[in-house]
Amino acid sequence: MTTALIDTSTANIASVRYALERLDAPYVLACTPADAAGCDRILLPGVGTAGVAMARLDQSGWVQALRLEVRPVLGVCLGMQLLFDYSLESECALLGLIPGRVEQLDPGEDGPWPHTGWNTLTDLDLSDPLLRGVNEGEYVYFVHGFYAPVGRYAIARTRYGGPVTAMVRRGHVAGCQFHPECSAGTGAQILANFVKGAS
Amino acid sequence: MLARRIIPCLDVRDGRVIKGVQFRGHEDVGDIEDMAGRYARQGADELVFYDISASPSRRTVDPEWVDRVARVIDIPFCVAGGIRSVDHARARLFAGADKVSINTPALENPALIEALAAEFGSQCVVVGIDSRMVKGEWLCYRNTGDPGKISVEPKRMLDWIREAINRGAGEIVLNCMDRDGVRKGYDVQQLAAARELCSVPLIASGGAGAGEHFRDVFEISGVDGVLAASVFHKGVITIPELKAWLLAEGVKVRV
Repeated sequence: MTTALIDTSTANIASVRYALERLDAPYVLACTPADAAGCDRILLPGVGTAGVAMARLDQSGWVQALRLEVRPVLGVCLGMQLLFDYSLESECALLGLIPGRVEQLDPGEDGPWPHTGWNTLTDLDLSDPLLRGVNEGEYVYFVHGFYAPVGRYAIARTRYGGPVTAMVRRGHVAGCQFHPECSAGTGAQILANFVKGAS
Repeated sequence: MLARRIIPCLDVRDGRVIKGVQFRGHEDVGDIEDMAGRYARQGADELVFYDISASPSRRTVDPEWVDRVARVIDIPFCVAGGIRSVDHARARLFAGADKVSINTPALENPALIEALAAEFGSQCVVVGIDSRMVKGEWLCYRNTGDPGKISVEPKRMLDWIREAINRGAGEIVLNCMDRDGVRKGYDVQQLAAARELCSVPLIASGGAGAGEHFRDVFEISGVDGVLAASVFHKGVITIPELKAWLLAEGVKVRV
């Protein structure tokens, strides 16, 4: 059970690494798809903007590889957004693994932009293995200014100006808009569900 | 619905957590990892570490302890103290900090805010402001970590908040110096004035001493989060007690 942690040289991969270490979950840093050869699941973290992240994934061969991937994939924060078709943040094509567009979030009266802080998980698809042990209304930590509108593949939502996709799944590909590595016990549970076997 | 954030603030000097009273006279209150881990387990929403000796003496925070903190806690944390360049910030972010906060260096070189936001995104860039009323106006102060070097900046606090946001600050921490460490309540009036023009998350600092102070600054000033130090370090209130009380008072907090 080794997780490949895709490393595109963006900041703060340390938080994800330490979260995996706290779970005693073995991982390798995978700069290229070849680095992930011996792994049975893939974690795609991400900070920064969609355009920069896609360019780096493309240079390292990961765009092509992720489009053909059959192992379980979990995208985190920007990594979740990259799973969709198209980003209005950078006006660029994304991985296209889940139908939908990533748009700018309008918080309305709910608070400042970007969406920063602890918000609740609702409308959980409790049949999803990633949500094992997670309850409706638990808090997780979000930091994002763009979002995926809720569609048929959402398995958890939050609310900020309107419904926001908090977790998504299509087949072997899943994602969290929030940072499980910074989301205390709830985040650790979801990460553990992923690295310890949920497909 | 977004929860209001309760953020213990750990002032760090020489690898220990200390606490001063109105920036003068510091006492040792504990070990960094022990205190960080304890607060995370108690339900703190985030932690802030200020190396208060860093800016005046031109040192920067030691990334080694940033890494040690990142290994033990599973909540976000911010590191402040003498970060003067993109490279300084990168070292802390790559060591596991989620945000960096700049105060005196931003006043000295406002373009640093743009540089950090361009490199890491505004969500990583916090601008801390130390402010005090002088002749009817709230003015910014520099080098507040060192009584010998503290100086007033001829910049109005409200103007500086607007400028910092325009330059890319993703969050503002407003420390009302006259309230710091005295536990008589946040400066709700000053914070409400800041809230009026602050379009990014606003965090209150200085003055927490009782549950009512937290409730009032959330309800009256509308801040997104609160920093507090001595009230937690000295056990005047514990985080679980505070959160339970705030929930009963109708303030949305994470429990």
